[in-house]
Amino acid sequence: MAGKVLMKGNEAVAEAAIMAGCRCFFGYPITPQNEIPEYMSRRMPEVGGVFLQAESEVAGSNMVYGAACAGARVMTTSSSPGISLMQEAISYMAGAELPCVVVNIVRGGPGLGGIQGAQSDYFQATKGGGHGDYHLLVFGPSTVQELVDLTMEAFDLADMYRNPVMILGDAILGQMMEPVEMRKRPPRADLPPKTWAATGAAGRPKNIITSLYLDPAKLEKHNLRLAEKHRRMAAEQVRYATHMTEDADVVLVAYGTTARIARAALDRARERGLRVGLFRPISLWPFPYEALAAATAGASHVLVVEMSLGQMVEDVRLALGDTKPVHFYGRTGGMSPSPREILDEIVKIVERGA
Amino acid sequence: MQKVFGRPEALADVPTHYCPGCTHGIIHRLIAEVIDELGVRERTVGISPVGCAVLAYDYFNCDFVEASHGRAPAVATGIKRASPNSVVFTYQGDGDLASIGAGEIVHAASRGERITVIFVNNAIYGMTGGQMAPTTLPGQKTTTSPRGRDPEVAGHPIRVCELLSSLSGAAYIARVSVTSPANVAKARRAVKKAFETQLEGRGFSLVEFLSTCPTNWGMTPVEALKWVDDKMAVYYPLGEYTRVPEVG
Amino acid sequence: MHEEVIFAGFGGQGVLLMGQLVTYAGMMEGRNVTWMPSYGPEMRGGTANCGVAVSEKEIASPLVSEPTSVVAMNRPSLEKFQGMVRPGGLIIYNSSLVDVKPARNDVRVVAVPANQIADEIGDVRVANMVALGAYLGVTGVVSVDTVLEAMKKVLPERRHGLIPLNQKAIARGMDIAAAALKAG
Repeated sequence: MAGKVLMKGNEAVAEAAIMAGCRCFFGYPITPQNEIPEYMSRRMPEVGGVFLQAESEVAGSNMVYGAACAGARVMTTSSSPGISLMQEAISYMAGAELPCVVVNIVRGGPGLGGIQGAQSDYFQATKGGGHGDYHLLVFGPSTVQELVDLTMEAFDLADMYRNPVMILGDAILGQMMEPVEMRKRPPRADLPPKTWAATGAAGRPKNIITSLYLDPAKLEKHNLRLAEKHRRMAAEQVRYATHMTEDADVVLVAYGTTARIARAALDRARERGLRVGLFRPISLWPFPYEALAAATAGASHVLVVEMSLGQMVEDVRLALGDTKPVHFYGRTGGMSPSPREILDEIVKIVERGA
Repeated sequence: MQKVFGRPEALADVPTHYCPGCTHGIIHRLIAEVIDELGVRERTVGISPVGCAVLAYDYFNCDFVEASHGRAPAVATGIKRASPNSVVFTYQGDGDLASIGAGEIVHAASRGERITVIFVNNAIYGMTGGQMAPTTLPGQKTTTSPRGRDPEVAGHPIRVCELLSSLSGAAYIARVSVTSPANVAKARRAVKKAFETQLEGRGFSLVEFLSTCPTNWGMTPVEALKWVDDKMAVYYPLGEYTRVPEVG
Repeated sequence: MHEEVIFAGFGGQGVLLMGQLVTYAGMMEGRNVTWMPSYGPEMRGGTANCGVAVSEKEIASPLVSEPTSVVAMNRPSLEKFQGMVRPGGLIIYNSSLVDVKPARNDVRVVAVPANQIADEIGDVRVANMVALGAYLGVTGVVSVDTVLEAMKKVLPERRHGLIPLNQKAIARGMDIAAAALKAG
């Protein structure tokens, strides 16, 4: 464990951003992610960066839009109700092809919901969120280390595709402490220069950054180009992890913190001699449809576990069609599933048989 | 032969989509002239609003960003904070600035953001077809106040300069019109002062233009200019509004 | 070794710190560790708790739902968490503030008059360290020396002056643990 430090997920994500060269942060307080803006307010001035507490999530996310226009590496973070308010700017940034990183430390909903961990923003994150045909790259880390690594990489991916990238965490990941190795990660050398940025038309024609295309033919052309980019992102950024799926009769599918709880249930099931595996999507968009189908090819049952009443399960059903039964177990906002509950579900499935 | 009149370098050589008698064109030109005069075109980033001036980025010859409705001051904040050497201005209408963007403009001013806001107040929503604006005058007929704006129901018009001048971060606030050559000259001076305020790093600056909308007001261009003088300038007096902040 | 412990009390008793010290020390001793606090409005004057896992193995769930040990600094915490402890596990409770006995007879129970002892050595605020000492003494999850090292990392520098008093409090807690272990 040499070189590791014990950090809260929220603080680790902030430091990770700084280590990845993020020098602009705009945000608004909301539980359970307040440690991030608090950390940034201390740390940004030390590295010559910008921290600004905005008057709202609406304004803060539009400040992100502005800083991204200026070519800065920029991030904002919030939790579910705040992320809803940011959907306007996220759609505009996707439309204007601006890179930025958005972290959602998800809490229970709908509405004001609660402040405990949840996964009920999966649809919002992966299926659109804001208006228009667009996609974000969405990653669902399950450890503080993975949260750090994906956050750092997110800045490169945002620059590479000129697209917002979302880290979909949850309150448990944000609040928990875990040893983490903070490795400085300078921007990738092969990233395209930001020749499109609005920095003043000195010795070049003016740059215009907009998502407005009043001519329908031009708008469609723009959308088709974005779609081509989304296809590229989908082909290049699928990520997932498997654990003991090779001989599994029942494969659990879970992401983020829930995948860890599912892993604990798996361990207990294996102790009882039940052949249980785990498939953990890491990229939620693009969802690992083909890898999931492959990893569950030999299984008789799939059990999806979420801290929601069933969102990712729709993608799992899309991946598997009617090849095998897809079961679901979910708890909501703060009522996290326990390993025992998941084990009970596994036992029920096994006892019920085909 | 000496050239006495020409297109400012900061203004693009393209026709605009503005209606006959609308004063957006004059206002664009004044801004472009000031940018040229101050020699900052290559450092300037403009931000266009949602509203009639949404395509302003086509008309200026400098870098430009299109903001979502009302958020131009937030976008400008992001640009200026990320790139403090840029000269950043927003160009916003009354619906954009005083209605949906009321929060953003107040907080940009209170923070003393070193940006310049050009606020074009024509007391109506132009692009969407003549609906009531936050600055529509009492009794003024619009498509959503067909019997005339009734303050009992629709509230009172917002005086933006007076409101913002109460904030310590607002370093320069002025209201102008372009209804006569003399007023145009005053307006140009105000725009220059506003940009100078930014260049000197003194804080937030805003120039409100009382503007026309002959199309949606149902007037001729000449009648419209007279209406600005006779009606709007009464409710919205011209002049400089900046107060010296008492304490820091 | 696989330990999952809940430290619980009311806000201000320093239960989050107890957990952080065990977590940090566990990391320093090369174990896998996680620390998960309760948070939000219930922290303001209400109950506070954290769940800590220290293990030779990779830690799957950071949520402690079936603890091997519970350290309860007040009565509501004891009542809330005692039923969750695994059979054969451990309950340590602050007998200065808890006037009932734990309702479990399938776990080891150690009563620690933490406030009283802390008061004796000069500062009631180190009651948490007395209880922590007892916990370390009974379980041996991490060594006291490592906890004292961890204290330098976890506490802000301006509070390092408190370390000697904390050390004293931990030692008194260890004494209680030793007596309890001897008694069987």
